[in-house]
Amino acid sequence: MAIDIGQFVQTFFEESFEGLDVMEAGLLALEPGVTTDLEKINTIFRAAHSIKGGGGTFGFKDVTDFTHLMETLLDGMREGRLSVTSEAVDALLQSVDCLREMLIAARENIPVEPEQVRALRARLSRLLNQQPAQNRAENTPSPTVAPASAPQAAGWRIQFRPHPQLMHSGNDPVRMFRELTELGKLTVRADASRLPKLADLRPEDSYLSWELELSGDATRDAVAEVFAWVEGDCDLNIEPLAAEAAPGVRAEPAPPAAPPGAEAGPKTGEEGRQGELLLERRKGEDRRRGDRRVNVAASDSASIRVGIDKVDAVINLVGELVTTQSMLSALGEDFDMSRLDKLHEALDQLDRNTRDLQEHVMRIRMLPVSSVFSRFPRMVHDVSAKLGKQVELQINGEQTELDKTVIEKIGDPLVHLIRNSLDHGLEPPDERARAGKPETGVIRLDAYHKSGSIFIEVGDDGRGLNREALLRKGLQEGLLRPGEEYSDEQIYDLIFHPGLSTAKQVSDVSGRGVGMDVVRSNIQDVGGSIQIASHPGQGTRITISLPLTLAILDGQLVSVGEDCYIIPLLSIIESVQVRADAVNRVAGKGEVFRFRGQPLPILRLYELFDTEGAVSDLEQGLLVVVEADGRQVGLFVDDLEGQQQVSIKSLEKNFRQVSGVAGATILGDGRVGLILDISGLIRVNNVAL
Amino acid sequence: MEKKTTELATLGQRGLLKRDATAEGLQYLTFSLAGEEYGIDILKVQEIRGWAPVTKVPNAPSFVRGVMNLRGAIVPVIDLRLRFGLETVEYTKTTVVIVATVQSASGSRIIGTVVDGVSDVLNLNPADIQPAPDFGTAVHTDFISGLVTVDAGMVMLLDVDRLLSVEEMFALENVRPTESHITAAAA
Repeated sequence: MAIDIGQFVQTFFEESFEGLDVMEAGLLALEPGVTTDLEKINTIFRAAHSIKGGGGTFGFKDVTDFTHLMETLLDGMREGRLSVTSEAVDALLQSVDCLREMLIAARENIPVEPEQVRALRARLSRLLNQQPAQNRAENTPSPTVAPASAPQAAGWRIQFRPHPQLMHSGNDPVRMFRELTELGKLTVRADASRLPKLADLRPEDSYLSWELELSGDATRDAVAEVFAWVEGDCDLNIEPLAAEAAPGVRAEPAPPAAPPGAEAGPKTGEEGRQGELLLERRKGEDRRRGDRRVNVAASDSASIRVGIDKVDAVINLVGELVTTQSMLSALGEDFDMSRLDKLHEALDQLDRNTRDLQEHVMRIRMLPVSSVFSRFPRMVHDVSAKLGKQVELQINGEQTELDKTVIEKIGDPLVHLIRNSLDHGLEPPDERARAGKPETGVIRLDAYHKSGSIFIEVGDDGRGLNREALLRKGLQEGLLRPGEEYSDEQIYDLIFHPGLSTAKQVSDVSGRGVGMDVVRSNIQDVGGSIQIASHPGQGTRITISLPLTLAILDGQLVSVGEDCYIIPLLSIIESVQVRADAVNRVAGKGEVFRFRGQPLPILRLYELFDTEGAVSDLEQGLLVVVEADGRQVGLFVDDLEGQQQVSIKSLEKNFRQVSGVAGATILGDGRVGLILDISGLIRVNNVAL
Repeated sequence: MEKKTTELATLGQRGLLKRDATAEGLQYLTFSLAGEEYGIDILKVQEIRGWAPVTKVPNAPSFVRGVMNLRGAIVPVIDLRLRFGLETVEYTKTTVVIVATVQSASGSRIIGTVVDGVSDVLNLNPADIQPAPDFGTAVHTDFISGLVTVDAGMVMLLDVDRLLSVEEMFALENVRPTESHITAAAA
């Protein structure tokens, strides 16, 4: 019965990528020199083992072979035979990267770069043998492999002749052979010459002997261990497989050469150089690969994982909705005005049911932020090493949930912000020491809910933004006018300007000045906003606020002339009636209303939207005080028309984005209502005082 | 405010959308605007509605009257007279909105245009279609895909994708044609 396993391949890939993430997180948590936490190593080992197994099942041989090497190394670590060195951890981390690429290649059916794989295999094999002087540049290949000093060979020939009573103690050669197959490719030749005639055969005795050839990277110790239980009950001989020993592992990274003896010297150098070359290339590729990984994750997202509890909640609510529907149905059957109360009751219930259902369905699209945050420990680890800085990444609030679309879009901006902190914000250890700060800098990543929005903060305890440098750059580029007073906020806002960078050097990590404007527009695209706070010498904190959901909004309807607009309820602070004597005209800046002791700019919506027939006398209309991005403004409207929960439809689908308008919705009477973009209105009208 | 939400969709959807498999012809829906006849590829026409008040959109070019609710979708409505640089008129009971599917760089969009009235469906042979005359660079006429002469007169065939391209419309707002192509064509 053939089962088509092809349908499970997709699951294998999904699980393997997850497994790789587990491995990476585990490896980053390992502290070199401290080998006591076996459980951590075990976790990594198990993840590797699963990938190897899966790879074998689905026929991805190169994945299996590669993972096998990693697994052997990890096995050595958890058995205590190999020490957990930072070099080993590094090699494994890079192997995880390589394996990821191999899996992507396997899935997309494209070839993998062979040199990278070979180089890593060589590195892992060397680590397995724990050669002294373990450096990429220094390995001296010996022309012949001496079995005594270098247990590493291309394989082993095992002669295994059990004594007759071997099986009496419960040992089974087949089991042992199976174990051997886990170490590499096994060929078995049985010698049945000692088998007696059937009549004389005693079934519990061993008459067979075998000659086994195990090719692969296993160590002699690993092979011997398989037979550990039967040491006394057999004749065992383990010999290296002579034939391929000489070229063996050494030649892999270097081009195959002529007489090994003569080439010993130059080969080392070549190998070393090649190793470095590959490393250089890999450094450059790191970023690209990192980006590719992000892209892979993003393009995978046609599916989503949902907790059963969320699904159950929705099912229950649909059940209640059905009940309400039958109630209404029954009422409608023979309705008369005396049953009006019951109708109202049922409609109220319908309202509640719909709201609840809406809320719960929205939650299905919500994922914990950890899915975005998880890539940062690795990134910080790699980049800080590259920059020679010591950095600790603190993450809080990983379980905070966000809409899936929003999560996908804030990934890149967050990467950029953290890179900036690493590159420009945090100082190198010596500078930090001079400033009296601990040598290890801290980058904090926080996510939390507050008043209907999600906040994500990226903070560091570095040098903070250089106000003077920004001011100078701003004047230089003509973005600021000389002689004018600018607030800190306005100056920090400059970093969002495309092309503006005060970085003295442009590194490959950041500094080109193209990032922050894209960061801000990405965030604004999902309806969020971004703010900067900074203290010189103490650090910078960037706060991103994001809407909880993209699709539904509680809105306040307002009328302006014959038109109806919707103001998001969350942005409204208060609605007040204006007294003419409380309004002043500030030269060149417009009207200002004294609101709670603070001057509040007034935006006459009918002027902004060029509406006819609207109320123009300030005392006859209403002022709706709204807030966005920390700034407040008063919107002058004719009247308030009621509140409604509206579903947001994009104008861009058939039209395009209109400034001042966040989207549209269908009102109860079938008309289209425009939802105001408070943040945009404030920005565009630049009502700074 | 009179609410007219009746749909005259049958014209566009019933039967007329079936291409005659045997003939080599193309089918165009013709409509009248300011005394002239125009035609658009009928396969691009999604439906035809009577005029109903739309919601004004701020900061939009003058020929964008606003947006309307088309069974839950937000669809912009263009006044074709204003698009052609003519004076707009009062909308009457026979004023019609043609809802079309427009292809643009960013995908397909649904856009409505206000016309005076809808006329016939023409079956045309590609051979009958003459190329559009060139009025010079002052007037943007790349949305005219050809001309055809029928018994009743001349029909100008329009390329809906170009005519109702949102990107172009916004760019156009700054460059209004100095001379209406219609008067030029009539000359």
